[in-house]
Amino acid sequence: MPASLTAVLLGLPLTLVVTAAAFALGAVGGIPLMLGLRSRFTPVRLLVRLAVDLLRGVPTIVWLFLLYFGLAVGDVRLNSLGAAILGLGLVASAYLAEIYRGGFAVVPKGQTEAAQALGLSRTTTFVRLLAPQALRTVLPTVTTFLLMLLKDSSLASTVGVLEMTAQATAFSRQNVSTAGLTPFFVAAGVYIAISVPLAIAARVLDARLSGSH
Amino acid sequence: MDLGEYLPRLGDGLVVSLQLTVISVLLGYAVGLLFALGVSSANPWLRWPSVTLVEIGRGIPALVVLYIVYYGLPSAGLLFDSFPAAAIGLTFTAAAYSSETIRAGIRSVPAGQREAAAALGLGRATTFRRVVLPQGLRSAIPALMGLAVQSFQTTSLAYSISVNELMGQAYQAGAVTFRYLEVYAITGLLYAAIAVPATWLSVYAERRLSHGYL
Repeated sequence: MPASLTAVLLGLPLTLVVTAAAFALGAVGGIPLMLGLRSRFTPVRLLVRLAVDLLRGVPTIVWLFLLYFGLAVGDVRLNSLGAAILGLGLVASAYLAEIYRGGFAVVPKGQTEAAQALGLSRTTTFVRLLAPQALRTVLPTVTTFLLMLLKDSSLASTVGVLEMTAQATAFSRQNVSTAGLTPFFVAAGVYIAISVPLAIAARVLDARLSGSH
Repeated sequence: MDLGEYLPRLGDGLVVSLQLTVISVLLGYAVGLLFALGVSSANPWLRWPSVTLVEIGRGIPALVVLYIVYYGLPSAGLLFDSFPAAAIGLTFTAAAYSSETIRAGIRSVPAGQREAAAALGLGRATTFRRVVLPQGLRSAIPALMGLAVQSFQTTSLAYSISVNELMGQAYQAGAVTFRYLEVYAITGLLYAAIAVPATWLSVYAERRLSHGYL
């Protein structure tokens, strides 16, 4: 148990790095995609819709393999970590764009109309009025997605990133006779141990935001 | 080596992926219903084991679940081939996720339905089976369809325990032909060709069902 815990914890920093970097990429990349999904121009909207559906329709692991093995410009290739972060980040941007869009969809129409009546510009209305309200609505969904992403970071092990799942597998293979199930249960325990405080922090943040409303 | 030779194998792989999906969705939702009943049970001996299993299933990555079944359980004396191991692991994950969806569906049935059933003199079991459960499952349908699409995509993880499903076939084709870009692009499109229309279908079902009963 202590030996497998040490081995699994070796992978913890990379699990956190992959999760955080992919989330940051997705949170930022989701914004232009969301704007595209809300675009007034039908061709733009359809094109972005197709891109988002394709990003979400292809399993994440296929994106990782495509980026890691398939993408080569001359001799330049993404390394494991780069491919994992880029792949998970791309998929995340599609999911988050859809979540953001849902947040804007539930802001009452009256808000836009009131802003128009007050003579606010379209940009001001969007940035100062709609976005803060939408953000508050989507926060719980975004948190749920972050927890999914934490678990999906385990896919990085398949392209050779030595995060927790990879460390657990390696330890189990090196100690076939003694380790058995232990390293996997230890890894499982660490995933849950990270998820719980994240979920609690999100709930506190959510309560504080809706309290200020 | 010609890429064309490998295309039929991708088709064979897709069939295996679909088999895994059907098994894990059908068995997973059946077990998910049992978990949902267990989690809602008043009996702590039923509730706590169910809550624990559901939280474990939802809290840990599906990949780790597969490794536990395939590499881990043999040390406990349970040895599975890749396909049954993948089916067991994916069923467990699908069960854990669907149980929460089913539970939310059951909870969304208005209390007035139970009260009306009680007023009509129906027993608790009959009320649940004939009144609450059908309505609860009905409102859970769109979410369960969405989960089925997720389950289909999750079958791609089975390649990691050497199941010859679509991703496994793609990996072999890529390793032999070295034409990774084409192989994985075709593979991705094959997954998307099923997952994207299926997602549209679940969105359509959600719209239809949100209109209510009459």
